[in-house]
Amino acid sequence: MKEGYIYEKIMPLSEIDVGYTVQVLKLLTTGLQRRRMLDLGLIPGTVIEVLRKSPLADPIAYNIRGATIALRTEESRQILVRQMN
Amino acid sequence: MSLMCKSCSKAVLNKKFNIKLNCHDDLVIALAGNPNVGKSTVFNALTGLNQHTGNWPGKTVENARGNYKHKDKKFVLVDLPGTYSLLANSVEEQVARDFICFGKPNATIVVTDATCLERNLNLVLQVMELTDKVILCVNLMDEAKRKKIKVDIKGLEKELGIPVVGTTARSGEGLQELMDQVYEIALGFQTTSPRPLVYTPDVEWKIEELTPKLVELLEGKLNPRWVALRLIEGDPTILDSIRNFLYDDKDSNAQEEVACIYEC
Amino acid sequence: MNVNQGYQSYKELITIQNELYEEGENELRDSIVSSIYMQAEEIANKVVERDQTKKFYWDKKLDDILTSKYTGFPIMFLILGFVFWLTVTGANYPSAVLANVLFDIEGELTNWFMSVNAPEWIHGMLILGVYRTLAWVVSVMLPPMAIFFPCFTLLEDLGYLPRVAFNLDKLFKKAGAHGKQSLTMSMGFGCNAAGVIACRIIESPRERLIAMLTNNFVPCNGRFPTLIALATIFVGGWVGSQYSIFAASLFVSFLVLIGIGVTLLVSWALSKTLLKGVPSSFTLELPPYRRPQFGRIIYTSMIDRTLFVLSRAVVVAAPAGLVTWILANVMIGNQSILAHGAGFLQPFAHLIGLDGFILMAFILGLPANEIVLPILIMSYMSKGSMIELDSIQAMKELFIANGWTWLTTLNVMLFSLLHYPCATTLWTMKKESGSTKWTLFGAIMPTVIAVVVLLVITQVVRLLGLV
Repeated sequence: MKEGYIYEKIMPLSEIDVGYTVQVLKLLTTGLQRRRMLDLGLIPGTVIEVLRKSPLADPIAYNIRGATIALRTEESRQILVRQMN
Repeated sequence: MSLMCKSCSKAVLNKKFNIKLNCHDDLVIALAGNPNVGKSTVFNALTGLNQHTGNWPGKTVENARGNYKHKDKKFVLVDLPGTYSLLANSVEEQVARDFICFGKPNATIVVTDATCLERNLNLVLQVMELTDKVILCVNLMDEAKRKKIKVDIKGLEKELGIPVVGTTARSGEGLQELMDQVYEIALGFQTTSPRPLVYTPDVEWKIEELTPKLVELLEGKLNPRWVALRLIEGDPTILDSIRNFLYDDKDSNAQEEVACIYEC
Repeated sequence: MNVNQGYQSYKELITIQNELYEEGENELRDSIVSSIYMQAEEIANKVVERDQTKKFYWDKKLDDILTSKYTGFPIMFLILGFVFWLTVTGANYPSAVLANVLFDIEGELTNWFMSVNAPEWIHGMLILGVYRTLAWVVSVMLPPMAIFFPCFTLLEDLGYLPRVAFNLDKLFKKAGAHGKQSLTMSMGFGCNAAGVIACRIIESPRERLIAMLTNNFVPCNGRFPTLIALATIFVGGWVGSQYSIFAASLFVSFLVLIGIGVTLLVSWALSKTLLKGVPSSFTLELPPYRRPQFGRIIYTSMIDRTLFVLSRAVVVAAPAGLVTWILANVMIGNQSILAHGAGFLQPFAHLIGLDGFILMAFILGLPANEIVLPILIMSYMSKGSMIELDSIQAMKELFIANGWTWLTTLNVMLFSLLHYPCATTLWTMKKESGSTKWTLFGAIMPTVIAVVVLLVITQVVRLLGLV
């Protein structure tokens, strides 16, 4: 368990490629923006799948608790995640 | 006469939400739900062409209302904006929250999508915290079937402690039962026992600390636990709403009398 | 209850909240939301059963195509182009029928006026002025809207529009605007007033205002007929007649792209100057595709959109018809007021490559863009009421006889694309924004842009001696 932990990389959600599944660790936002993110279900522990990029590579669509939600890089950069697969 | 009406919530409906009733016996039903769950389909299916749209007073948010009759009663259905939560992070959420909280509808229907129930339950639990006159409508049952998702309606009813109806509003399936349940709840023939939301010990402790003071300040007009939670959460809009709906008494007499004229 | 007591309680609540804020317990706030979601998850796990064997979802496949790097944009333009084509060609026949019916009624009305010996000027004002303008607006506006709005609502109902916003968001983000502006912009193709109303979906006031102010840079149904007619004349000289419809469509599409470009450019400029700010956070849900409900589509598009917009247009077009008729028929000296006005505007109009009558037509066309061309034709033919020529060829000859060159045609198209929005749109802007100042800005800013663009093009072309 402990050894496995060393290889885990903590990354912003914006860096994750399409097709990967990650788990939310921490939100770097504050105030209203943080409240909105929490409202979408982006709480620590939530599992997110990176679904697709838009034709111009931003925004990116994610599967968050059963709904497909697109986030701009400005937002996804503020969500720290850990890769699961 | 005006003294009698001061205590009646229908005056608030007229004054703050621009909802006029033809008859004092009309029952007001709020329709809440996440965006994209077929809420407007349910609304249209229940009210048909007996509907009209306007704006919420002072807000550029659409306000659709419609009427339907069930058994011996007339119902006014108010379509609230589609929201993910009632935590008032947007105008829409504030409008929805204020209507359920201060408009005191006779019952609230929460429409959810059977194919992503988990996300939708977030809103349901929040509405249940505000009012016990709630009916859950699990819509899009046909989509769920197509996607091979099974929802245990009876089990959900037991978990939540409120009536749950599975519907496919597009084809009208389940709507009769929904209207029956709304009738029962709105007229008080059936009571619910919503599952209470439990928070972490530090939050619960904070609520306890605030409650005595809030009981005194709110004079039984709002649930102190709910207000305590909003204060802890740092909701910037709740105090404005409390002021607007509970403490704002200026020039209200004249308008309340107008409301009385509509009574029969 | 006692008002003062209530205010006291309110004050105390504020104190409590401030104290809590001072403590600054971010964790408590997070934990409230987390608790709710965790309990939702727990309940859902108990009552929902998923069959994991099914892996193929056509939703997903469809999204792969509609938002792909390669096919996303082409399909988007094809769909949009198809809707325009359907609107324009589909509206031709019903428009002609409606016009016939309405002008037959005009004949009847005229007979009735003659039978009661009504004075000539009353007949002129009411029938040739008010009624004819209304008939024009209804027959030109109703059929395209009755086709465009249901198409648009269909795309909305299917769930395609959020994908358009998803595809275009980056461009709007760069312009400092909201991703949903692409949706209000597409709505503007149907009617700018409807587009301005649609701006309600944008939450941040700054970005909503940007979307409202730039909405009229996409041509609406009222301007499409003008643009198509002029484009046909414009390209007609260069290509054979068998290709002219195709070439004209291409040229109109090109104008639409210019309009979108100006929308982005002006949005960018506004967000860097008058409406400074960073784009607000943007989360867009891409809902599952759904089978459309045709009953609902017809209802919302006809009642909420078509009739709503039409009734507003009728309200403003009626007085405009009256004013136009008076201006064209009241003589001062040997000229109508209209001609005097055109003479007055002539020097300025010449500077930007138009003529006085064209400018007069745009000014009188303020209530509804579709009456611009008829007013213009009317003034060239010095007839006191609006008429429509029966063929584009006849219109072309009339214009050439009045000194038009290819530059004039191009300029009229660009002016139509870029100038102030119609009165209905301005009225809506005022209602939606609640600000007279911004409404005025919404009229002046596009006009200034239109004048500058025309001035530059005209001067450059004249300098190079191309006309």
